[in-house]
Amino acid sequence: MLIRRVSILALLFFASNLHAELQIEINQGLDNPTPIAVVPFGWQGLGAAPEDVAQIIDSDLVRSGQFAPVSRRDMLSYPTREAEMYFRDWRAISAEYVLIGQVTLGTQIRIDFQLFDTTRQMAIDSGTVTGPVTELRMLSHRVSDAVYERLTGISGAFATRLLYVSVMRNPNAKDFYRLTLADSDGQRPIVLLEGRDPILSPTWSPDGQEVAYVSFETSRPAIYRQNLRTGAREQLTNFQGLNNSPAWSPDGNTMALVLSKDGNPDIYLLNLTTRALTRLTRHFAIDTEPTWMPDGKSLLFTSDRGGRPQIYRYDLRTKKIKRITFEGAFNARARVAQDGRNVALVHQRDGRYHIAVLDLVTDRLTVLTETSLDESPSIAPNGSVVLYATKRGQDSILAAVAVDGGVRFSLPAREGSVQEPAWSPYVTP
Amino acid sequence: MIKPTLYAKWISLVFAAFVLAACSSNDTKEAEAEVAATAAEEQAAQEAAAQEAEQQAQVKAQQGREAAAANVGTVFYFEFDSSSLTEDARAQVDAHIQALLGNNDSVRLEGHTDERGTREYNLALGERRANAVRDYMVANGLPSYRVETISYGEENPVAYGSGETNWQQNRRVELK
Repeated sequence: MLIRRVSILALLFFASNLHAELQIEINQGLDNPTPIAVVPFGWQGLGAAPEDVAQIIDSDLVRSGQFAPVSRRDMLSYPTREAEMYFRDWRAISAEYVLIGQVTLGTQIRIDFQLFDTTRQMAIDSGTVTGPVTELRMLSHRVSDAVYERLTGISGAFATRLLYVSVMRNPNAKDFYRLTLADSDGQRPIVLLEGRDPILSPTWSPDGQEVAYVSFETSRPAIYRQNLRTGAREQLTNFQGLNNSPAWSPDGNTMALVLSKDGNPDIYLLNLTTRALTRLTRHFAIDTEPTWMPDGKSLLFTSDRGGRPQIYRYDLRTKKIKRITFEGAFNARARVAQDGRNVALVHQRDGRYHIAVLDLVTDRLTVLTETSLDESPSIAPNGSVVLYATKRGQDSILAAVAVDGGVRFSLPAREGSVQEPAWSPYVTP
Repeated sequence: MIKPTLYAKWISLVFAAFVLAACSSNDTKEAEAEVAATAAEEQAAQEAAAQEAEQQAQVKAQQGREAAAANVGTVFYFEFDSSSLTEDARAQVDAHIQALLGNNDSVRLEGHTDERGTREYNLALGERRANAVRDYMVANGLPSYRVETISYGEENPVAYGSGETNWQQNRRVELK
């Protein structure tokens, strides 16, 4: 229901933007990706199937870099039920796994799927997903999640969404900014806000039903929250000076943010119920980019109190501040994985800005990217991939790298720049 | 014995003399008043002229200061990761302070950075630059209520490409 209403909003207001804005290029996959055949799904309903479900799943698995798809041209048959499966046909074309399924249209739409292991010659997983017809793509991603988890042991993050800011440059006037919501494969973009004033720092509420961001639409920066289901929008702050870097607490009740109303940028907490404002840091240096640890007991933030920007940790119970990055002269804008262990951040080395991951258990910092102007890391809710922005020519593009560095893909826009990606949390369907 | 006609003549003479004397005495006073009035007028006119000249000179001087301010431009550039006014920027801001002390204009200082580093940190850095210009203006006599600061960080670049030639154009405070 949630997602359906968003789609209706999209149709009403943003019908012209329903084309895919992002393209996907796989730059590097695993050396030995697992061959899997995603057979075209059967269709039971009036007319033609609204989406090629197998194609959506195939693209998801390819994008993970861990799977090599079997081309449909090489398939000897297109089974849609277990009785039609002949394992020798699939072993003959070296498919280790085969996914088959059927899509059935009723008052809702249903996908039944079955996953086979051709070596063991048996079904190893099966399932059904059901939802509104308009959500067929998201339902397909949920099948991808199930397959991915069954084969890798890691939760999939395909049935998730992205927020990003796109900018159309205009050398003769002001640039044009747009805040977009899209599926994790870049499809079905919906414009949430657009205009000639900068939009920054989009972020998700922990339940995935709201977003917050900074807009300069009043000619000053202010923090807004926007409900994706109702479209309701509210201005949360309007203080003199900076109002930026909103970050929802894991319980959704508090928002960490940056204000400079008292002279210089400090971290504050805004109680979203009482609207009480609490000042956390009090330092003449720049304190900014707060982000919560998943347990909600401490926050990480960027500060140049030591002379150069580094990441610090603020313990909400003891009110103690501790520096956590020591390698290099610039570490900023941390984002913590759900496991509370990996911290993605922007790390400067030899004057170049890379995405790196700091392991809070071993204190080991690993640089993941080779490009030189990388920023705005955002970790997938399953913790396996870091999405970030980088430069290609004069434009900013989105790119992704596996936390273990093995897989890379990029998502350039068809037109203009894309920046500040924010990967959604898991949303209960 | 004086003849009555002669006597009458004398009387008329004396009377005439008196009248003449009276008349001549009146004329002198009026002339004196006239002279005094003319002098005052002249003085006032001179003062007014002087004042006007002075005002004109002041207007001209203010116009000169404003022209000088316009001449140095409204964009002040900064070094990488620095919010200190360079010598050039200081000279520019000085010209604007001189112009602003002679009028009642309010100004908006917009801080900007280059694209390196993170966006939110750059917002803070842009604010630091705008504040540095504001503090310098206030220290030199401009009332703080006439100066508003705002930071755009790395948004709204002037030059879109990468590399120092583009970056140095973007590290700036714009006076508006």
